[in-house]
Amino acid sequence: MIDPDSLARLALFADLSRAELEAAGQLFDEQMYETGERILRQGLTGNAFYVLLDGCVAIKIDGTERARLFPGDFFGEVSILTGEPPTADVVAMNAIRCAVLGEPDVEGFLIRNPRVMLRMLQAEARRVRSANLWHG
Amino acid sequence: MARVAGGDDGGGGADGDRPFPPGEYPILVVGSGPGGLQTSYCLRRLGVEHAVISRDDRPGGMFRWYPVFQRLLSWTQLDAPFERGSREFEWYDHNSLLGDEREHQALICDVLDRSHVVPTRQQMEDGLAAFAERTPLRVRYGCSWESTRRENGRLVLTTSDGEYRCRAAVFALGVTEPWRSPIPGIDQVPHYADCRHGEDYAGKSVFIIGKRNSAFELADGLLPWASRIVLASPRPVETSNFAQASVRARYLQPYEVSVLGGGTYAVDAAIERIERDADGFRISASGTTRPGRIEMRADAAIAATGFTTPLRDQPQLGVAAVAQGRIPALTPFWRSVSAEDIYFAGNATQGAAGLRKHGVGSSSPAVHGFRYNARVLAEHLARDLFGIERERRRFEPAQLVPFLLHELAHAPELWAQKGYLARAVRFEPAQGIVDAGVVPLAHFVDAGGPEAIAVAVEMDTRGQIYPAAYRWRGGRLRGVELAGELLHRFQDAEHARVLTELLDDVVR
Repeated sequence: MIDPDSLARLALFADLSRAELEAAGQLFDEQMYETGERILRQGLTGNAFYVLLDGCVAIKIDGTERARLFPGDFFGEVSILTGEPPTADVVAMNAIRCAVLGEPDVEGFLIRNPRVMLRMLQAEARRVRSANLWHG
Repeated sequence: MARVAGGDDGGGGADGDRPFPPGEYPILVVGSGPGGLQTSYCLRRLGVEHAVISRDDRPGGMFRWYPVFQRLLSWTQLDAPFERGSREFEWYDHNSLLGDEREHQALICDVLDRSHVVPTRQQMEDGLAAFAERTPLRVRYGCSWESTRRENGRLVLTTSDGEYRCRAAVFALGVTEPWRSPIPGIDQVPHYADCRHGEDYAGKSVFIIGKRNSAFELADGLLPWASRIVLASPRPVETSNFAQASVRARYLQPYEVSVLGGGTYAVDAAIERIERDADGFRISASGTTRPGRIEMRADAAIAATGFTTPLRDQPQLGVAAVAQGRIPALTPFWRSVSAEDIYFAGNATQGAAGLRKHGVGSSSPAVHGFRYNARVLAEHLARDLFGIERERRRFEPAQLVPFLLHELAHAPELWAQKGYLARAVRFEPAQGIVDAGVVPLAHFVDAGGPEAIAVAVEMDTRGQIYPAAYRWRGGRLRGVELAGELLHRFQDAEHARVLTELLDDVVR
């Protein structure tokens, strides 16, 4: 359970009505991690969708940092959508707070809230474009 | 304030038979519910001096009051394939606390009859009292914790009896303070904790805020009395996978009435406001999974919106909380993520997320889960704070795989705390193959070695149970999910082959 107001201030949930936000607030859990704690583990675990509420996390592949995420960013969705273990570690760079949706609830939530799914897709498209520019 | 002598039984002191007078103790345990009792028992077995205080006048904690309608969710099977009191039997008895001697084990069995596999609240309280009496555990009853501060590297707890100083405190106060979600007008609505008798609702229409276990427990208890029951909350009731359902099957009778269109309704709606009028309550709500407006009145309303951990002034000491401030955020060993000397036992240990592999959480909110947390916590405190290490078994290479398979098939810690607790074995150059005991799996996989293996029982998104193994070798971790088996018989040749391959450098 998480305070719906914590979700309301994020772009990902900007299209939800108050009733939808309250339903989401009951569905998502809230988790906190210490500096250095791993949230996702490369090749191992990570069957949840995380939205960063406070703090900063690093994306690390084989120990090398590739990116950082900040409040409003999300992670963990690729592992759920593909059914594969995470391809990177996600490590807390300071004390962080996340909204967390377990894998069993993700599909139903996205289908009930297509505007959230659309905003996720837009964010994924921006990530792909950034990656293409970087590789180019 | 003199340091109190007298070992873990505490001194008698000036106030008669009450143990643990105010003073300095290495560890202070707060609470006399199942979490506090189990922690104290395990600390004592390890020789860790500590005091236990409780504001109550007898043991039992929340089971002195809840559940309101008299039966728990968790079962105890009086006859099982294993002898009562054996370690393997614990998986069939989800309600007894853990004891090392036969006279301390499976005590709930002594108070159960065969009318139901699930104990009544009174039977649970009696079983906990029997554990406290027979072990015997000393508790300073009638001593209320009031405030907390740090002074000269020590925690100082001010209580109704005076000040206690300690190196670390274990708060075992449950998730027991009534909590109301922030709905306008809800402060006028009685809480679940205020309900006592079904007959108070005879012939009335009742509106219950909430659709989780406590809400459905009330609805189940009120079905014989109320004329109409409406349960409402934004989140739908999930029953497609019983292992991960938002309501336990034991309380699903009102839901069955609802889905068949009877006089009970389980509605997915966000409640906008609730107002008291001369005859009851008026409720305004908005549908969530299906759009629509609800404007209705009810003779009675009840907020079954859950409970919160009584943290009091701990946030001022840095204790962070999640779930709208209701649950302390904890490390895998149940220490506050943000306060190094404050630990939790009992129901509040759900604040440690664990790996949540496949999105599946721990069983830490229930006795059958947190009783093992208490034992692991006691060993952790003994080792890390006092250098007390339990003597560990050593294995010959040929013994290792059969041992691990037996643990996967029968270890109650692994079955109760699926995906959270694991059995670990270390491979040490000097000492050989050494049992590392039961540890939080998240700690094992994040510890970075040394050479070791841990096995755990896990559950996937479909509720399928399977064994898993995690091997640290040469600084790298490899996780393997073994095949499940219809009758959970994990001690067969195929499972042995997979573990042997994973341990080829150790067992061959």
